Amino acid sequence: MPKIKIPTPLRQYTAGNSEVEVGGATAGETLGNLASEYPDLRQHLYTGDGKLRSFVNVYKGDEDIRYLDGADTEVSEGDELSIIPSIAGGAAKRRCR
Amino acid sequence: MQTRKSLIQSPNGAVELSNEEIARYSRHLIMPEVALDGQKKLKQAKVLTIGAGGLGSPLALYLAAAGVGTVGIVDFDVVDESNLQRQIIHGTSDLGRPKLESARDRIKDINPNVKVETFGEPLSSENALEIFEDFDVIVDGTDNFPTRYLVNDASVLTGKPNVYGSIFRFEGQASVFYAEEGPCYRCLYPEPPPPGLVPSCAEGGVLGILPGAIGTIQATEAVKLILGIGEPLIGRLLLYDALSMSFRKMKLRKDPNCPVCGENPSVTELIDYQEFCGIPQQGAQAQADQVPEITVGELKGRIGNGDKISVLDVREPHEYEVANIGARLIPLSELPERLVEIDKDETLAVHCKTGGRSARAVQFLQEAGFQNVYNVKGGIDAWSEEIDPSVPKY
Repeated sequence: MPKIKIPTPLRQYTAGNSEVEVGGATAGETLGNLASEYPDLRQHLYTGDGKLRSFVNVYKGDEDIRYLDGADTEVSEGDELSIIPSIAGGAAKRRCR
Repeated sequence: MQTRKSLIQSPNGAVELSNEEIARYSRHLIMPEVALDGQKKLKQAKVLTIGAGGLGSPLALYLAAAGVGTVGIVDFDVVDESNLQRQIIHGTSDLGRPKLESARDRIKDINPNVKVETFGEPLSSENALEIFEDFDVIVDGTDNFPTRYLVNDASVLTGKPNVYGSIFRFEGQASVFYAEEGPCYRCLYPEPPPPGLVPSCAEGGVLGILPGAIGTIQATEAVKLILGIGEPLIGRLLLYDALSMSFRKMKLRKDPNCPVCGENPSVTELIDYQEFCGIPQQGAQAQADQVPEITVGELKGRIGNGDKISVLDVREPHEYEVANIGARLIPLSELPERLVEIDKDETLAVHCKTGGRSARAVQFLQEAGFQNVYNVKGGIDAWSEEIDPSVPKY
């Protein structure tokens, strides 16, 4: 089964796991199965109409699936998918203009 | 020794080093990759750091020590106790001082040859291009999405490399966004997340050492760009996980459809970044305003009068351990499944640290049919400040 690396901000929805193994033949299917296994994660990965959110990037190995076959990118045993969300942190507190 | 075109032209006779500087930079001068010519380039270089916080601290310290001639800093904050765990450019004796002053003093102590240019106003669509124009490298050490997109777009529009770093808890990211040679931040993340979906450091916490690691990587990249040595992180995203102590590098590609650096850009001037990031003019306060509120003063009064009002704390148990006011604890994340524990007819005052999570809890409780629920304005922080200073503020 492919492995999915879970970034820190989303680990609270995967029972603290930083890496999860889920079945799936494509990147899209694997992510869908991940969201089924951890339902709280769904809204953080998908929009209301089921599309992957644009601020969540998914990589197979070191390549963005956008530049492979997107959700149809094939994955197999031992492949590593990584979810890379945008994070903003750097300084102290929230600042507005 | 150069592997790429350096950002700074060889200064030749335009810049000289004093004997004091030659002694100071000895360990650079004996390396062929830097040498006298490189050290002069550093002296000629002007680097702008956005923010004198977690990332900006190590960054500014190392750039100054390395002999970068001009360090610009944009910041309008004052030094607070909660900064000292990671913002090492500021010290305990600086509490309450503007960060710009404290940073300038520390830089001048490390290297009096450095010219420090300070900008004590928030970076905005109105001032960013003018400020950036004067610098060779921009280093992004900000903490929020509107400013990140602003820094990116202004860097693209002025043709400057943007040395990016970002941190959360135990994890960091770094890259060099330089549209002339590779992708920009928008190629990676075309749109920001909606407000509230991604926690900030203030909500999520950060390991104090983490910005040291990422800020130092940013300083390294800035110096490499100035000298034209090595391979900068252009087109690569570095992911650092302090817990597993792993460094991974992901490939980044320039998006031909990128609205800022693509083939037919639709963003050709700076926009309203608060709006772009979905933040209403009133900020997070607007959401909190939609639920009924009670001030800590009113709450204290009602408890003192013997009114029937229960206090509910929706923070996490590890926060409760740090500071509490003896209220019942049900963390926000457990509220849905523990709803049965609360009597619907009770009058409830709900608090968290500063009022954000408790506003969401109040909203949730109202939707679940509760009639008399109030959000404690300012949370336990306000209680500590206004009612009982023996409650520690964290």
